[in-house]
Amino acid sequence: MKVCIFDIKRFAIHDGPGIRTTVFFKGCPLECWWCHNPESISAGPELFTEDVIFDGVLLEKQVEVGRWEDVDILMNELERDRVFMDESNGGISFSGGEPLHQPDALFRMLKLSRERNIHTTVDTSGYTTPERMEKVCELSDLIYYDLKSMNSEKHKTYTGVPNRKILENLERTAESGTEVVVRIPVVSGFNDLDQDLVPMRDFLRGLNGLKAVDILPYHPFGTHKYKRFNKENKQNGFKTPSEKRIAEIKQLFSDSGFRTRVGG
Amino acid sequence: MNERIEKLREQSLTAVNSLSAERGVLVTEFFKQPGISQLPPTMQRAKCFEYILVNKSICINDGELIVGERGPWPKATPTYPEICIHTMDDLDILNSREKVSFAVDEETRNAFRDEIIPFWEGKSNRERIMKILPGDWKDAYAAGVFTEFQEQRAPGHTVLGDKIYRQGMLDIIADIRSGIDRLKTSNEAGTPMESPGIEELEAMEVTARAMILFAERHADTLETLAVDAGPVRRKELLEMAAICRKVPAQKPDTFHEALQYYWFVHLGVIIELNPWDSFNPGRLDQHLFPFYQRELDNGTLDKEKAREILQSFWIKFNNHPSPPKVGVTAQESSTYTDFSLINVGGLTEDGDDAVNELSYLILEVIKEMRILQPSSMVQISKKNPDDFVMKALDIIKTGFGQPSCFNTDAIIQQLTRQGKSIKDARRGGASGCVETGAFGTECYILTGYFNFSKVLEITLNNGLDLRTGKQIGPETGDPAKFKDFDQVMDAFRRQIDHFISIKVKGSNIIEEVFAEKLPVPFLSILIDDCITNAKDYNSGGARYNTNYIQGVGTASVTDSLAALKYHVFDHGNKTMPEMMEALSSDFKGYEAFRYELLNNTPKYGNDDDYADELLKQVFEYYFSSVEGRKSPRGATYRINLLPTTSHIYFGSVIGAMPDGRKSGEPLSEGISPVQGADRYGPTAILNSAAKIDHLKTGGTLLNQKFTPSFLETEEGMDKVTRLIRSYFKMNGHHIQFNVVTAETLLEAQKEPEKHSDLIVRVAGYSDYFNDLGKDLQDEIIRRTEHEAF
Repeated sequence: MKVCIFDIKRFAIHDGPGIRTTVFFKGCPLECWWCHNPESISAGPELFTEDVIFDGVLLEKQVEVGRWEDVDILMNELERDRVFMDESNGGISFSGGEPLHQPDALFRMLKLSRERNIHTTVDTSGYTTPERMEKVCELSDLIYYDLKSMNSEKHKTYTGVPNRKILENLERTAESGTEVVVRIPVVSGFNDLDQDLVPMRDFLRGLNGLKAVDILPYHPFGTHKYKRFNKENKQNGFKTPSEKRIAEIKQLFSDSGFRTRVGG
Repeated sequence: MNERIEKLREQSLTAVNSLSAERGVLVTEFFKQPGISQLPPTMQRAKCFEYILVNKSICINDGELIVGERGPWPKATPTYPEICIHTMDDLDILNSREKVSFAVDEETRNAFRDEIIPFWEGKSNRERIMKILPGDWKDAYAAGVFTEFQEQRAPGHTVLGDKIYRQGMLDIIADIRSGIDRLKTSNEAGTPMESPGIEELEAMEVTARAMILFAERHADTLETLAVDAGPVRRKELLEMAAICRKVPAQKPDTFHEALQYYWFVHLGVIIELNPWDSFNPGRLDQHLFPFYQRELDNGTLDKEKAREILQSFWIKFNNHPSPPKVGVTAQESSTYTDFSLINVGGLTEDGDDAVNELSYLILEVIKEMRILQPSSMVQISKKNPDDFVMKALDIIKTGFGQPSCFNTDAIIQQLTRQGKSIKDARRGGASGCVETGAFGTECYILTGYFNFSKVLEITLNNGLDLRTGKQIGPETGDPAKFKDFDQVMDAFRRQIDHFISIKVKGSNIIEEVFAEKLPVPFLSILIDDCITNAKDYNSGGARYNTNYIQGVGTASVTDSLAALKYHVFDHGNKTMPEMMEALSSDFKGYEAFRYELLNNTPKYGNDDDYADELLKQVFEYYFSSVEGRKSPRGATYRINLLPTTSHIYFGSVIGAMPDGRKSGEPLSEGISPVQGADRYGPTAILNSAAKIDHLKTGGTLLNQKFTPSFLETEEGMDKVTRLIRSYFKMNGHHIQFNVVTAETLLEAQKEPEKHSDLIVRVAGYSDYFNDLGKDLQDEIIRRTEHEAF
């Protein structure tokens, strides 16, 4: 079985507990305007040509983004930092792109991880079928669940898809008993106002079993990549929320009893 | 830090390095006396030691609590003309050079010109050994295949155990006397032991008595100073005088006495000769803890007083720069820090967690003092608490490069593998940069660095050294005709063997000269079992004897071999003649190929078995070539992997190499990856590094650079702790962290005056960034930053 990935990051320390290795799946059903990894959106490897000036000479270099890997071989690769994972109670994180966009590969790797006693996290947009979502809940140890907007139309404009499936799957996930952290990318110019966040808080309050919320302030990190990958950069109207605003938002969620972190 | 210490610290930081003729003049006066040459060499050295200690000036600095300076005042640095002579040109360079200068005043110049140089010319040890070293040694040395530590220095590189906390010099003299009696009795009984044993013991006694005299002279001066001092200082001075009258003659009973005793002994060792001054008290928290505890219990000491005495002790180290070399342009070692490495933590001799209250107090002292010397390290055993590691990281994150982290459990296994008893192993640690040793019982001598990449370059040229144009290695075959990669490795292995044989032959010759001409009776009374064996430290008197050869550029040579295997033999991208052409043109016209070499070729440091398997092979070649060879004093040759700063000098003598390194550029340092070659972060580096069998070495050095942001949160600190623990679980020997931003370093390069306190880890030790040469500064900036992803 093959899986298309675009990166592996070792010593990943912001993608879950302990020292982790994160594998980034390529392909995503959403196309968020603020996406840091625009290369992760389309499925399958992509070839680009880049000009590099090296030692004073212009070199034309082919750059391939994304590669197909055999799932079992990849698992062994991800397990290379096992000593560090064991020592730190870390594990493997599946991110993307959307890992659930290649469900069979994801399920197989989650199963193998469980057989080998490796802690797993899955970072998902939740835009998938109920059956798949339930299966991820069953096979993984921790789910990072992205939530962008409660307003379906707005959601569709800025991510390309409506939010109904996402909200329903989040309810399922919260009830499944699997540990879940909701991660909210907070983008000034999209969703940083009370009118966006209060309904979100209210919705989350109604979920059984949800304990933790991460606030992820938007940073224009990935913008240089858009040009490289011939994608339209729509981030011109976006801003990083002020520190003050982030503190207010943190307060909003922590006041409702959520363990709330900024970043993470 | 209280006002006293702040003042002392400021004095030490602002004191100017200067060259002192005092020791040189005294040694010259001594040897000019009639009849000296009739004495046996060991007695000559003992009497010379006594002559210096009786006649050198006594320096007591305002406000200090621990007394004694090697020179006439702080940072006045002596020379050792019996080892090597500083010429008038050397003095000019030392006085005027930009980095780490030593002021030379007119009086000093005159003393060198009129007294020291005329007497010693033709008689120094350096001239003596250069005369007798064979031609093949000189050729390989000139080509830059290896260096030789004992060319300008005496053997040493040892660390004190707990002996002085149990015995005063008078107790030691009693041991020496009974040794003499025993030898005399056995002589009379008709089983004659050769007289050198008795001579050696008698010489030891002279040095022990000289040490007592030296302390008495300090007591005299302290009492004189007390006459005119204010009431508070007068009381202190009289107490200090009483301490100097008691130690080192008798064993210490208080915390203060213990530290003053050590300091006298330290001065003795570095005045007797210049044993590349890594000499240090070693397991300080272990040695001092009984004194500390006893005095806390009976109320004669409190934590703050102990802190103040320790801080005063710390300053003494910082007042003593390492003596400058001759022929100063040599870049072999461009920094002049002493290498005193205080060990904190680890295990007790019974194998229990040794971290105690004093370990934490010493960490606090290190953090507050923030000075270059003494350097410090934490010994981390799996039995030590995480809290201890976190406290160390708390200092590391302030970015001054101390303490470095060592794996106690690996050190103990290294020592027991070498045949040390488990107790002696647990009393040991690391000294200098990262060198494993059994403290108080071992004479372990670093003999020089070994340039792996140079040997590969010679291999690729069929034994010819391109730079000197001499055929200095055997003809191991024209690489253009090699059919497979194994032939490259075979040829490389034979060249390593060839040059190790030459290196060992040279070191053995030098060792015999030191044994015969330059014994060290004072150092010998400190290291067991020199007295019992009635044998000098330099002649094999110590319980354990080891000679190390330090391999340099592990990653560079691995990457070059990987590039050859990958491009020439496995993928056929280039033929061997094409590769050689690219190298000889320093990659001019081969830019695209060099790009591939740097970016798309397996490299060490990425947990890539293709490259790392070659590293293991190089390690095995080196290990099996060196390990087990014997020296005249009965030492066993062994390996370690550390560069100090020699990777820069070694790089300067090598042309372009297959790893993509251009001609003259520095090599990789320690077992760290080539600068910029690692792409997968610290865990991949540590996995690669752990493929080396650290337990077969006497130390390896791994540098990791982190930006401070990484250690800002408790969580970040915990993850770095886990990183260290994981590496040590895999038997990694040592890891140290440079916590600075590249930005800061670049700023410091532009405006050095604004960053005079910036200390960075160089390689196994820290130094002021401003004192480093530009090339070394650039290299530290280049080392990969591991920002959190």
